[in-house]
Amino acid sequence: MSREIEILKILENNSRISSNEIAEMLNMDVREVEEIIKKYEDDGVILKYKTLINWEKAGVEEVYAIIDVRVNLSREKGYDDIAKRIAKFPEVHAVRLVSGEYDFQVVVKGKSLKDISFFIAEKISTIPEVRDTNTHFLLRTYKEEGALLFEDEEDRRLAIVP
Amino acid sequence: MRKTGGLQLSRERLNRRVRELKPSGIRRFFELIIGRDDVISLGVGEPDFPVPWRIREEMIYSLEKGITSYTSNYGLLELREAIADYYRRFGAEFSEENVLITTGVSEGIDLALRAVVNPGETVIVPEPVYVSYSPLAYLTGAEVVNVSTCPGFKVTYEDLVKYKDRNVKVLMLNYPNNPTGVSYTKKELEELADAVLELDCLVISDEIYAELSYSFKHVSIASLNGMEDRTIILNGFSKGFAMTGMRVGYAIAPYDILEGMVKIHQYSMLCAPVTAQVGALEALRNGEDELEMMRAEYIRRRNFFIKRLREMFDVVMPDGAFYAFPDVSSTGLSGMEFAERLLMEKNVAVVPGDAFGECGANHVRCAYAVSMEKLRLAVDRMKEFVESL
Repeated sequence: MSREIEILKILENNSRISSNEIAEMLNMDVREVEEIIKKYEDDGVILKYKTLINWEKAGVEEVYAIIDVRVNLSREKGYDDIAKRIAKFPEVHAVRLVSGEYDFQVVVKGKSLKDISFFIAEKISTIPEVRDTNTHFLLRTYKEEGALLFEDEEDRRLAIVP
Repeated sequence: MRKTGGLQLSRERLNRRVRELKPSGIRRFFELIIGRDDVISLGVGEPDFPVPWRIREEMIYSLEKGITSYTSNYGLLELREAIADYYRRFGAEFSEENVLITTGVSEGIDLALRAVVNPGETVIVPEPVYVSYSPLAYLTGAEVVNVSTCPGFKVTYEDLVKYKDRNVKVLMLNYPNNPTGVSYTKKELEELADAVLELDCLVISDEIYAELSYSFKHVSIASLNGMEDRTIILNGFSKGFAMTGMRVGYAIAPYDILEGMVKIHQYSMLCAPVTAQVGALEALRNGEDELEMMRAEYIRRRNFFIKRLREMFDVVMPDGAFYAFPDVSSTGLSGMEFAERLLMEKNVAVVPGDAFGECGANHVRCAYAVSMEKLRLAVDRMKEFVESL
């Protein structure tokens, strides 16, 4: 693994880590680490520094829904055009072109079930190219972005092992 | 414990050599640690990663299918084949007929020593080294010679050939080494191989940390010219694949020696636990990515930790495993005093170095098999402690 990719992996796992510490972990010069990070930021490889929060644990209610969207394509409107239109809504968390019965998988975030229902009915379904939708409300998340959102096993190792 | 009031035996109950065995040097230290809360422990010689899920899943599935019986004394044939194939990466060419599955490397050490050593023959154990070699060698009736490797921690040709007239049967090697983390390059191993030929002895090569080799590629001493017939390789799944509690290891040895080991194994352990063997097979077949992930993380921790330790102490750069063995004598304290006071004053546990041989007395063993967060906190506390002296 190149050092550049190692830096990205470390940051993906902990965006708050200091350049100093990365430099120590990889036996590199701090300035060199900072330059690499800056370059990746400028090139759009590092898109943003994000924190993954277990909102349910924090007591904040948020409702997510995954909407399967089937569309009609035309000469004027291809997948990219429709996807970009859907993606611009602030309620939309993710848009993915997928294979299978439906064309897009759209993840929508709202304050309540009602909120999301209105959004789908009024904003998504009314897009002329949208043929039909199938909504799955998200009941509970167990794993997100590779992180487990439940208590995993505790460290059972003894304090001293020869 | 209930005190029995029966008739006393008119002679010593315990075997003489068992009686004479010294208890582990860290027993007192164990007692100090019990009952203390919030200790950051760098004393644990085991990965902080759980057994990779795909391996656990395979073991669970095998239980559901009812795979719960004895295996052959040698172990599952598929696993032995996979091991022979796997070990080619370390340069050693063997077939499954040279492989025995053991209950951890610990059983392998015992079997290997008992299979080859006669009372009165000499076993050379370079120190500092893992705690069980000398006692197990001693129990075979051997004369145990401990050779100090301080301060560089590498045994050399010159260190060994001095014992040419001592009826040496076995040289014990462990690389990458617990507790120092040092390992041997191919060139250094070739020099050791020359010494082995001069001594006309065997090598028991404990390569349990082979997968966790960072500074250079691990080479098995058995792969060097002529050594395949003089080497008993020991390895297992505890460290590289984080399967400590599964107790599954293996020995690769010349056929006649392996047969000798199997004789003892079949009368004592019979076979390694089948569930663990199934897990081990999955580790070899599909565990490479997880192994690589853990390895990369240990390298990052090593670099970070050694840099910080070097602000305080002399530390030999570990080539592998997950231990650092700093010399703490600059603080004016012995390894034992340092470990005790660090525990009492800063709640950080490290292992006093004399547990691994006398020459380690000025050192402490720190295992960096803890998360970066804990490692950072531990080394900060060590620094505070050293500055307070």
